[in-house]
Amino acid sequence: MTKALAVYRKELRQILRDRRTLMTIVFVPAFFLLLYGYALNWDIRHIPLAVQDRDATSQSRALISGFTNSGYFDRVADVYSPADIDRLLDLNVARAVLVIPEGFARDVLGGRRPQVQLLINGDNANTATTVMGYAGNIIRGAGAALAPGGAAPAPFVSVTPRIWYNPELRSTLFLVPGLIAYILMITAVISTALSIVREKENGTMEQIRMAPIDTLSFVIGKSIPYFFISLASASLIILAAMVLFGLPMRGNWGALLVALSLFIAGALGTGLLISTAAETQQVAFQAALLTSFLPTLMLSGFIFPISSMPHVLQLITLAVPARYFLIALRSIVLKGTPLALLWPQMLALSIYALVMLALASLRLAREKG
Amino acid sequence: MGNNDTIEVRDLTRRFGQFVAVDGVSFDVARGEIFGFLGSNGAGKSTTIRMLCGLLTPTSGTAIVGGVDVTRDPEGVKRRIGYMSQRFSLYELLTVDQNISFWGGIYGLNEQTLAERRRFVIEMAGLAGREQTLARDLAGGWRQRLALGCAILHEPAILFLDEPTGGVDPLSRRQFWRLIDTLSQSGVTVLVTTHYLDEAERCHRVALLHAGKLAAIGTTTEVKQVFKGRPILEIRADKSVEAMRLLDSFPEVEKTSLFGTAVHAVLRDASQPGSGQARVTADDIAAKLRAAGIRVDGIAAVTPSLEDVFLDVIDRAGGTAARPGSGQAA
Repeated sequence: MTKALAVYRKELRQILRDRRTLMTIVFVPAFFLLLYGYALNWDIRHIPLAVQDRDATSQSRALISGFTNSGYFDRVADVYSPADIDRLLDLNVARAVLVIPEGFARDVLGGRRPQVQLLINGDNANTATTVMGYAGNIIRGAGAALAPGGAAPAPFVSVTPRIWYNPELRSTLFLVPGLIAYILMITAVISTALSIVREKENGTMEQIRMAPIDTLSFVIGKSIPYFFISLASASLIILAAMVLFGLPMRGNWGALLVALSLFIAGALGTGLLISTAAETQQVAFQAALLTSFLPTLMLSGFIFPISSMPHVLQLITLAVPARYFLIALRSIVLKGTPLALLWPQMLALSIYALVMLALASLRLAREKG
Repeated sequence: MGNNDTIEVRDLTRRFGQFVAVDGVSFDVARGEIFGFLGSNGAGKSTTIRMLCGLLTPTSGTAIVGGVDVTRDPEGVKRRIGYMSQRFSLYELLTVDQNISFWGGIYGLNEQTLAERRRFVIEMAGLAGREQTLARDLAGGWRQRLALGCAILHEPAILFLDEPTGGVDPLSRRQFWRLIDTLSQSGVTVLVTTHYLDEAERCHRVALLHAGKLAAIGTTTEVKQVFKGRPILEIRADKSVEAMRLLDSFPEVEKTSLFGTAVHAVLRDASQPGSGQARVTADDIAAKLRAAGIRVDGIAAVTPSLEDVFLDVIDRAGGTAARPGSGQAA
């Protein structure tokens, strides 16, 4: 253990003296959070809306106010002829056009079902779907208010959706935990992988191999500093997310620490494993990119839901640690789920960490002997 | 079993697939001896050292280093030896002091021993007053001596030096060799590989490795005995390349090689029965060269250098390896 301590001290001193690496590990994650946190956002607000009000009654104006007061739509233009509609959509002045036909008020007052037309620019399918959803809600709401007697006839079955944990359905709350996993994976894997490969390049690794130190002491001494730095970096990101994006922390900090530790241990193991195979920092960096960046981004459920992936890809995601970590993190942070209920995820993370660390130690030991 | 400060190597062989990197090498190194390992790149020097240090398992044969069989107990070997390579494996971002502390920790020295050894290393390397300097800010000679100091922190009885003077200025090289001499006098057994033949002359004994085989072994004087009866003439002429071609055509000349601007001509052994050669003198050769229109500025019999020996060994082995000392490619 004293040998592990010697390695640990040395590593820590090196990191502290190497300002560039230290900055990379501590501050780049926070920077990433800012960048992705503001850029990665599916909520759409201020959609430019053009209006053709052929009815021009107080009822039609009430419907239009429904749109403009929602905060989702900005009324940017009024349209008087069909040709204008094409032009506005072509020039991207408006992303949606609301057409209220003559007789709208008459239909409303007469108790018939009034018709309105909404034209949406479909060049971005995601945005179009979202716009459609917003508009549908607004029209339903306005319709109910306009109905004679103040209320529409109640349907037999009424659905009152209530969304828990993220009532405003802010995508940031959903994305930030993913970001934390993504950023942690990057910093932990790359920093450990590079730290050993750098020793290979400098020739100090050869000297270590000639010295009487067992692989376990070396691996422990080498990874502990990175473990704590990654943990500190993770805490920084989470605090920043709470302050900047209003991320709630409904769960137990202890549970969060356990989940973080297991995930980081797996990431360190991955970094070590890469470092046993790579001979240059460049190769190590690329290997880290391929094995940690991409799966964490694509196959963890960070952005793309796993349930809608093809079957083969779904099988592959079983080996992506971020998949389990994300579930755990979202549950703890957004729902306050106790750790006991997250045991399948904790088990999966432990297995991943153990396998990676064991493989890395085996390979290091074989290189040594 | 050997003593705890000697090296015994018997029929050591290492194959990499079909390639035989080290082929049946045997030798002994005694306590306090400086044993030089010579050979061109790829001759098998590094592979041999790696086996002796317990880093590479021999395919066959045995090596007892410090009384420990390297095949049976490679970790035991590592505790008994010191190792330093030409890369002076120091941590650039640590200070002199921190480097010493780290290696002291790796070798498991206790606090008191480490303090003693730290003083010794600082003094030996001439680093007093520079304890807080970063290793990367040290000049080559200092780095080299610090690396040596770190390699002998645990007072190993056997020291392996793999091309320890690469990239260091001549003055520092001389200082370094003085340290090696001191260590050897205090009983440390030193096995050193080198490209520099002037350094090889400082070894008590040398082994010449060629294509994985031991081509010659002994003191430098002994090794030079291959030229017994075959005098070497050093000829300075105005047109050395032409002179060399001419010399090659003389029946009494066995072979020639270029040494700087001079030509070395090895004469055939006249004492060998049936060689049919009469003893020739330097004057005879000079006369023949002059007769062919070459201006001879000087001609004299010289004692063979290790470089002559090296070229001769490779020649007879039919190899074409680059001579050592002629390049610094590692």
